[in-house]
Amino acid sequence: MRDAAIIGYVQGPQQRYAGAANESELVMPVVRDVMAQVGVSQSDIDFTCSGSCDYLQGAAFAFVEGLSALATVPPIKESHVEMDAAWALYEALLKIWIGEAELCLVYGFGKSSPGELRTVMSLQLDPYFHVPLWPDAVSLAALQARALLDSGAVSERDMAEVVVRSRANAQSNPCAQLKGSTSVEQLLAEPTFVSPLRRHDCPPITDGASAMIIASADVAARYCKRPAWVRGIDHRMETGILGARDLTRSPSTRLAGEKAGVARGKVDLAELHAPFSHQEIILRRELGLGDDVPVNLSGGALSGNTMMAAGLDRIGHVAAQIMAGKADRGVAHATSGPCLQQNLVAVLEA
Amino acid sequence: MTDAREPVTGIEVPIYLQYEFTAGAALTRFLAGIREGRIMGQRCPRCSSVYVPPRGSCSRCGIPTEEEVQVPDQGVIESFTIVHIPIPGNPIKPPFIAANILLDGTDMACLHLVSEVPTEQVHVGMRVQAVWKPREEWDYTFENIAWFKPVGGA
Repeated sequence: MRDAAIIGYVQGPQQRYAGAANESELVMPVVRDVMAQVGVSQSDIDFTCSGSCDYLQGAAFAFVEGLSALATVPPIKESHVEMDAAWALYEALLKIWIGEAELCLVYGFGKSSPGELRTVMSLQLDPYFHVPLWPDAVSLAALQARALLDSGAVSERDMAEVVVRSRANAQSNPCAQLKGSTSVEQLLAEPTFVSPLRRHDCPPITDGASAMIIASADVAARYCKRPAWVRGIDHRMETGILGARDLTRSPSTRLAGEKAGVARGKVDLAELHAPFSHQEIILRRELGLGDDVPVNLSGGALSGNTMMAAGLDRIGHVAAQIMAGKADRGVAHATSGPCLQQNLVAVLEA
Repeated sequence: MTDAREPVTGIEVPIYLQYEFTAGAALTRFLAGIREGRIMGQRCPRCSSVYVPPRGSCSRCGIPTEEEVQVPDQGVIESFTIVHIPIPGNPIKPPFIAANILLDGTDMACLHLVSEVPTEQVHVGMRVQAVWKPREEWDYTFENIAWFKPVGGA
């Protein structure tokens, strides 16, 4: 199998409300910027894959409209996942591995502001037994947090510490939506929102887009001095029946981490897709990341959570650190579904 | 007593989602124009293609289209179909003519109705012009044009 590397990544501004901008207007700037970063145009790209979800903005075939952001004459090879674009990246990697592409464009976008996101997300659940009850995304995360607190493995203070660090880290990310200096004491003084979660334990609602370019080993060096090689990537999923899971654990993350080879070397940094504060603690534990591993230097999903791009963003931020020479080896994680149901882990190296 | 049960063949799960839909910057300008009886397209700065309605980008070149162009409410039928079956929820009574109409000066056909012509006379290449509804009925919709009719009558 041929090696593949990330050679370009651009995150767009993460905003609470992107105004009137439609899909192509969100996607165009990040695609343009990532093309400029790498020095290619659409005609150089062998395969394009995107991740988005039409339910977010309530517009049928919005993912097709997003394609208006690309130069599609002459016709391009293109695919789409109704998932986070981290899974679009996986599909693009497959194209390179099997020799069908040298250069691939991956992008993800989400415009969550038009709908009521936490309710919209309930439609991803089991349609017979869960959806009729309308359990919203925040309440489900709260069930998970409660189980975790009750297990004694985590305290509300631990959760607040995740938020303090995320907001502080986000100050160095110009695209981050929520950033700033705060303290555990300040956060714990806030009222609960959906018990035991406080508002800051939950991700902001975000409009945005991100784009990435990956390359085969044959051409990567032509475009990038220090590519971020994808040394391992694996994704696993758990049952959609929430009652059948131990919500305090994430065996799918653990297994994906093992298969991706997280423990095969020193981890300089990690980006974990934990939309809710307690989930970062679960993920860190399952991936065996010690306290010495910096997590979410970008601010993470707690500082900006572009649906269908936030997972790709985790991989992109690790890649960006490697490409910039600030790290040699990093771990990136993306999640999908309620309470960390599906998990993808990638190991990137210089 | 037997345990024979009626099979459950369906359950009702009403789903309501409310959205504040936004059309996009380009389409918003188009809708604002049509509200005043103007058809506003956008021209690609690279290939000069003019799009109506505009999406804010040239899907040929993948770049923003910012130059506004007012186009006439006349054009040519590029293709058409005569619909004989009623469409659920559609107030239009069949048979009616749906056509791809290439407005003069544009490079992408738009879909609209054609009327005031016997169905057997409609043909590809026929010149048509817009029939606007009364001004007081105008809103932010392409339906301000009731249909297109042959230029100079059938």
